[in-house]
Amino acid sequence: MQLDALDKELMCSGHVGCPGCGATIAMRFVLKALGEKTVMVLPACCWSVIAGPFPQSSLKIPVIHTAFETGGATASGVRAALDMKGDTETTVITWAGDGGTFDIGFQALSGAVERNEDFIYACYDNEAYMNTGIQRSSSTPYGAWTTTTTGADWKKLRKKNIVEALVAHRIPYAATANIAFPEDLIRKVKKAKAIRGSKFLHIYASCPTGWRIPSEMSIKIARMAVQTNIFPLYEVENGVNYTINYKPKEYLVREYFKLQGRFRHLKDTDLDQIQEMVNEDWGLLLRKAGEHA
Amino acid sequence: MKKVLEGSHAVAEAVRLAKVQVISAYPITPQTHIVEILSDYVTTGKMDAKYLRVESEHSCMAALIGAQSSGVRTFTATSSQGLALMHELLHWASGARLPIVMAEVNRALAPGWNIWNDQTDSLAQRDTGWMQLYCEDGQEVLDTTIQAYRLAEIVNLPAMVVLDAFYLSHTYEPVDVPDQDEVDRFLPTYEPAFILDTKHPYSLSPLVTPNAYMEMRYDIAMAMDDALEQFDRVEDEFAKIFDRRYGAVEAIDCEGADIVFVTSGTVTSTGRLLLEELRPRGEKVGVLKIKLFRPFPVEAVRRALGKAKKVVVIDRNFSFGASGIFAQEVRAAICNVPGHPPVFGYIAGLGGRDITVKLLEEIYFDVKGSSAPRKESIWVGLQEVNRAT
Repeated sequence: MQLDALDKELMCSGHVGCPGCGATIAMRFVLKALGEKTVMVLPACCWSVIAGPFPQSSLKIPVIHTAFETGGATASGVRAALDMKGDTETTVITWAGDGGTFDIGFQALSGAVERNEDFIYACYDNEAYMNTGIQRSSSTPYGAWTTTTTGADWKKLRKKNIVEALVAHRIPYAATANIAFPEDLIRKVKKAKAIRGSKFLHIYASCPTGWRIPSEMSIKIARMAVQTNIFPLYEVENGVNYTINYKPKEYLVREYFKLQGRFRHLKDTDLDQIQEMVNEDWGLLLRKAGEHA
Repeated sequence: MKKVLEGSHAVAEAVRLAKVQVISAYPITPQTHIVEILSDYVTTGKMDAKYLRVESEHSCMAALIGAQSSGVRTFTATSSQGLALMHELLHWASGARLPIVMAEVNRALAPGWNIWNDQTDSLAQRDTGWMQLYCEDGQEVLDTTIQAYRLAEIVNLPAMVVLDAFYLSHTYEPVDVPDQDEVDRFLPTYEPAFILDTKHPYSLSPLVTPNAYMEMRYDIAMAMDDALEQFDRVEDEFAKIFDRRYGAVEAIDCEGADIVFVTSGTVTSTGRLLLEELRPRGEKVGVLKIKLFRPFPVEAVRRALGKAKKVVVIDRNFSFGASGIFAQEVRAAICNVPGHPPVFGYIAGLGGRDITVKLLEEIYFDVKGSSAPRKESIWVGLQEVNRAT
């Protein structure tokens, strides 16, 4: 497969990600797509650690590490300063986890997007607070075990639909992407880079450690998330125009759930209920895209 | 050129003259006049800057951290709850060694809701690594704001210019607004050593292990110590051009005084009136104005208070479970001086209650008639309180 991206690596070896870490794969592809004229804002997340401790860094672009809830705001400041210096060319990208995006950083993200700041906000989503040890977030899916949703208290609430929340801001560009679909991911990053104003990328990034899956299953699980419609690939322009990028054949969510330790406790009736939820969400997305099932 | 300006406007004029490039702010009374004017300056082109109308004070400081890290001069203003909300990022700004300058209009913290003057908001941030400069009048506000940029950019630490709510922020006074070229001579272009730059890609504020963290903190401590000396140098440079100087502390009639009042902010002006009232009557009283609170000018305070028989600290703030905060600092500063005077701590004017000359006079005679402090803190002017049992 030939990727339409830099041959050069802007993420180098020596990072401290777990084996099979989806967030690491996502970073590599995104930087290849963005190139060297990129400034990264990195609020607290797995990547605060993965990048490596002082004085080392596995990233060959300028990075500003910042407080957990400030991804949108810090990027706004970086953009403003670059603009004042006459540099409108450099891309500013915030790289945040789901906790920093769906939960604690949501206000700053919403504020930045409402102001239509010219930057990309990329959320690599591993569906829990993985850096602190697998605590539930509002991105944790229905049915999941985490260290704060244990035993009979497995999460019985749906995952927040972050893309729709951003779409409600009439953001110029919002898209989902997935580490198992690198061509699609790279195309979307490049598209986002070319659009002025706020862009949001929701990147599915599997987490072998937190999901209780073998590291070699990272890509397979990620692919299945798309194939089962659990994580559809789509993009929305100007909060209105929906495009679904991939239409899977009828895979059952059961297969996806069965492979992951975090869902081990679920009964068949639970899985049936989850299948209904996924079908419902997919139907809703089709309607928004003006398509039929 | 002399103009009649509100304290808030004096800040805004200084920010314009400092050629700040990114301003970010969130509304909170009583600092709003500062940022309203700046917003207008940016809109009308009177300033070449970006104004970020952020959705919270927390995001405001985060935006300034991002902007300053990219190599431009920044500014914000806040008060009270807004400053408290910024708390996490105040540590971040100093830890990242960013010379951000902020105007902080002292306002009481809720509950109950109170928009009036009280210093507890800024003093509660004393351990965040920000320099703190307390101002007495509109001219000092303007001058200090300009000086704060110079000082902050020399030592690479953020600075808070502190002014009293309403007594200073909303009071009109004649203020000499300097010419741009004079300010340019005093305040050079901002040229930081480390910025976000795609040609030289540094990683700023990353993970730091126990191997290096302590050295980084020590570096901040040394920078703060250095700020004490640099403050004097900056004042020298400023005085050469503008012929005005304030001092980290100002000892007013302290020589030969038996009782010295320690004041900050606008209460100093009330203290000056107290001297006019009492000294002609033969009372040996002086006032020590503390302008620089962080770094705390320990030596200067010792020199000014060493020969007094009694020290009175007027605190428009309180640290629950301890005492007035200036009183704590003064006690700590002089405790190792042999035979140091007793420190009488008085709590007055919380939540915007007036501190009058008459009140200070009552305190003076109370102290004069006491051989030692009755209590660590004496709350003055209290009405009778019915305590729930």
